[in-house]
Amino acid sequence: MHTLLRPFAIKSSVDLARLGVILALLGLILFGALRYDNFVSSYNILSFLRYNSMFALIALGMAFVIITGGIDLSVGGTAAMASVVAALFSPSHWAAGLLAGMAAGLAVGALNAFIITKMRIQPFIATLATMLAAYGTGLLLADNQSVSVSYDTGFTIIGQDDFLGFPIPAWIALAAYILGWLVLEKLPIGRHILAIGDGEATAGLMGLKVERTLAAVYIASGTLAGLAGVMLASQFGAGQPTEGVGWELFAIASVVVGGTLLTGGSGSVGATLAGALLLAMVFNILNFENGLGWISLSAYWQSVIRGAFLLVVVVLQAKLMTRHRST
Amino acid sequence: MTTIETPAPQQSGTLSSGSRLFRLASRYGTFVAFLALIAFNIAVTPHFLSWQTLNVNLTQVATIVIVATGMTLVIATGGIDLSVGSLMAISGALAPMIFMGQLWPVENMAFAVTLAFLFPVVVAGLFGLFNGLLVTRFSIQPIIATLVLFIAGRGIAQVMTNGNLQVFKNEGFQFIAMGRIAGVPAQVVLMIMIVALAAAMIRYTVIGRQLIAVGGNEKAARLTGIPVKRVKMLVYMISGALAGVAGLVVVARNSASDANLVGLGMELDAIAAVAVGGTLLTGGRANIIGTVLGAFVIQLVRYTLLANGVPDAAALIVKAGLIVLAVFIQQRADRR
Repeated sequence: MHTLLRPFAIKSSVDLARLGVILALLGLILFGALRYDNFVSSYNILSFLRYNSMFALIALGMAFVIITGGIDLSVGGTAAMASVVAALFSPSHWAAGLLAGMAAGLAVGALNAFIITKMRIQPFIATLATMLAAYGTGLLLADNQSVSVSYDTGFTIIGQDDFLGFPIPAWIALAAYILGWLVLEKLPIGRHILAIGDGEATAGLMGLKVERTLAAVYIASGTLAGLAGVMLASQFGAGQPTEGVGWELFAIASVVVGGTLLTGGSGSVGATLAGALLLAMVFNILNFENGLGWISLSAYWQSVIRGAFLLVVVVLQAKLMTRHRST
Repeated sequence: MTTIETPAPQQSGTLSSGSRLFRLASRYGTFVAFLALIAFNIAVTPHFLSWQTLNVNLTQVATIVIVATGMTLVIATGGIDLSVGSLMAISGALAPMIFMGQLWPVENMAFAVTLAFLFPVVVAGLFGLFNGLLVTRFSIQPIIATLVLFIAGRGIAQVMTNGNLQVFKNEGFQFIAMGRIAGVPAQVVLMIMIVALAAAMIRYTVIGRQLIAVGGNEKAARLTGIPVKRVKMLVYMISGALAGVAGLVVVARNSASDANLVGLGMELDAIAAVAVGGTLLTGGRANIIGTVLGAFVIQLVRYTLLANGVPDAAALIVKAGLIVLAVFIQQRADRR
């Protein structure tokens, strides 16, 4: 079958769940477009993409980690720390800020990889600990306050400017997703990642380099979180050591909504993007609904609705899975 | 530590001296760390040996211990509960609303205060039951099942209070955090009672043994006739209710309830206390006393660093190292 049509090739209930999330996303967009005047305005679309690109990046890394059967709770703290590091390096050159932020993320990812593959500690605990460490390091570096970035070296262009009519963060996220899709679907390492998620011991017996592959996945997740931190600093003009709280859970929710099973061994890059966009879209729609004036939901309702949304998705998935198993 | 140098006796010849060290460290490591921290503080921190220091540390550790006790039970069954912080926020938001008459008019203050103690805990317990239902009836992994309320729970608390700070002064209600029973702070008494009850439950009751069995081998537990689902629902309910209790203590201590902040990050502290305390995160073991020690070690580390002028942020890094080290030793000791 043609590769572009592959998301629509329904072979299992997992595929059905993935198709579901894409249809739900399209449905929400259609709903918004019909109901609100400025929903499909370029302003809304562009600011939506600009703001949500960093979450999409983190969700991508998380998807890979979850496919291996692991989890990465450190991404929020990593992004916060990386935003501080990027801001501190931004006065020398915009690229210095970018690279330093990514390097900070890479360092946390490497630490995760070491604790998980060498010390054999469960990913949940390992990344929980590095999350604390990353926040601590960020706060120390920033002296407990937000660190202003330099506006002279062009560092803010990364987060605030457009290229060919689209926000640069969106381009970066798009490139990352294409790369991620290539890695998972086209390269041997993608097969290895899936095999490890299916069964680490079996994958090892098959001669796959389990440790090295796992390490690569956690390093990639950390680096993507670092990149998200760079975007955060660039977009809001400051490195923010206390940002990022709960980002890891938002990313996990995106991945789960995208139909990737937390047990590992299966997953899709495209559906993860759809999941991240879907959760973000719920916010966007809510803002517009408030704007109409029929209802007035405080910002606090957003997390309630997000939670309810996650609930519906996981319950539906669970039903699908049990039906699939029994047939 | 002479045992390391002496050659292993024949009957335990399979144990290398290294693994024996890990085993010793895993059994007594937390306790030794606890003693070492106290010794260090006596030597270095000025005014460490004072009632005030004891009071500060005990009152600060009480809420962590209360939540971590519930978390220990959940983890013993092989689960995890991420929603505890959010449930604290819900219970902390509900209580002032009750005795301040925002839900229904207060006619009898004593009755209202009693209700302010009970109702939020029941509500939190029911939310916990909801977690349990998701885990058992829908077979959703505990991380995800409790993630739902982690996200939505704080939102519910914020919606209830409209995100506003509720400031209050109510001696009856605040007894739970400000009062003293025979000179001991009420929340410390509460903590000791909860810990004693949980430890007794695990040790002496059928359900206590059952929840260990469920965590050890769920399939085998089911085959031996243990009501696995009911046991799991119970532990999530207990965890939720205990989070509710901790929420009450926090708002009573602060004379104010801020739904944005109550219980924020508590799930991490509780899990860390359990991990440092030596309960395997894969389930099948519940070491309540270890959890208490774990919470004390974490609290003491933080106190030691703060009292000696090290910033709070550095304490986070130390805490991270502590968690990794504790779990590493635990697993090494357990592998052979």
